[in-house]
Amino acid sequence: MRQNMQMAEEIRNGLDAIMKDWVAYQLSALTLRRDLLKETELRESSRSFLELFAEAFSVTSDSSSPSWKPVKDNLAEISSSRALQGFSPSETATFVFSLKQPLFNLAQQRAGNDSKQLAEILWNLTILLDRLGLYTTEVYQESREGVIRRQQQEMMELSTPVVQLWDEVVALPLIGTLDSGRTQVVMETLLQRVVETGARIAIIDITGVPTVDTLVAQHLMKTVAATRLMGADCIISGIRPQIAQTIVHLGVNLNDIITKATLADAFQIALQRVGASISKAAPTS
Amino acid sequence: MERIPILKMGPYLLVTIQVDMHDRVAMTLQDELTERIVSERAQGVLLDISSVDVVDSFIGRMIGNIASMSRVLDAETVVVGMRPAVAITLVELGLALPSIKTALNVDAGMTLLKSSRKMSHNGRSPR
Repeated sequence: MRQNMQMAEEIRNGLDAIMKDWVAYQLSALTLRRDLLKETELRESSRSFLELFAEAFSVTSDSSSPSWKPVKDNLAEISSSRALQGFSPSETATFVFSLKQPLFNLAQQRAGNDSKQLAEILWNLTILLDRLGLYTTEVYQESREGVIRRQQQEMMELSTPVVQLWDEVVALPLIGTLDSGRTQVVMETLLQRVVETGARIAIIDITGVPTVDTLVAQHLMKTVAATRLMGADCIISGIRPQIAQTIVHLGVNLNDIITKATLADAFQIALQRVGASISKAAPTS
Repeated sequence: MERIPILKMGPYLLVTIQVDMHDRVAMTLQDELTERIVSERAQGVLLDISSVDVVDSFIGRMIGNIASMSRVLDAETVVVGMRPAVAITLVELGLALPSIKTALNVDAGMTLLKSSRKMSHNGRSPR
């Protein structure tokens, strides 16, 4: 305990020297991305971390104790911001691990020729810094997963636009694989838009759906049934030749549903149903 | 006890469900509606469920039953104004009700009734 306090005192006294060594080491490390991080920012975050580190180290060298919480919070902030900036895990962890060198130098100066004391100090420091390094990686991973989750969510929302083609005609171009989670979103968006626009015909275009298996077919049929219950008719378009073959081979029954090969055909049927027609304009002389 | 009003609009009956559909209310509705169809000689029934936001399998089947019974009495039933959540629930319950007609709102339902009546009259040979 006494040793820790003395050590912490020395860290504080030699803050500038340690900073110099540490920052130099970080800058020389191959993993530093100068394009993403400025030297001044690095110095700033290094200094604030080192101050907190010395503060906590004077109390205990056990990183699980509550006095280390400010250090961990600081570290978490640094790691997650680096994760968002696009650093790799090892680049992020280098921040902590590169502190070993200067601290070991300090320990060596302190212990002098007493190898037993030196070994003890080094052991404590190693354990401590390794834990902090692991913690950094953990936080890094978490924030990365957060990014992935957000992107999934965004993709889910992006991938289900319902477009209005005509009075009382809406279309839903589906792109990507249909799983049950997406079907739910697709169904809800489509039905909501049918209510909002008062559409009588809804066209589901599956040109962008790479594969249709029994599950996808079932999801489609559910969507069609729900749309019908709302009082709108559903047309499925954009069925590619291979998909038509697969559907028949799988024994899926789409007989009750109007299917068309292209969106254009489906649109024509829809226009007929709502009593509208499009014709080419007479050539102007 | 709560009752669901049945309004007469020309040759059609309009039923707007605005209360919670308990099982008992649904049974009463079934009784009263069939009686009214006979006494008013109604040609069609509009079942407006736009205020219904919760359904279970019983209510779902009841809606199907009402439609089938009216058809036996030669009155077409159109279910109108079903909410998205209700539609999804019915489909997930396996009650897609393929035999009943649906429309987006009362207006569209009325148009549908009129046009289907005309078609079936044209199709029928004069006696």
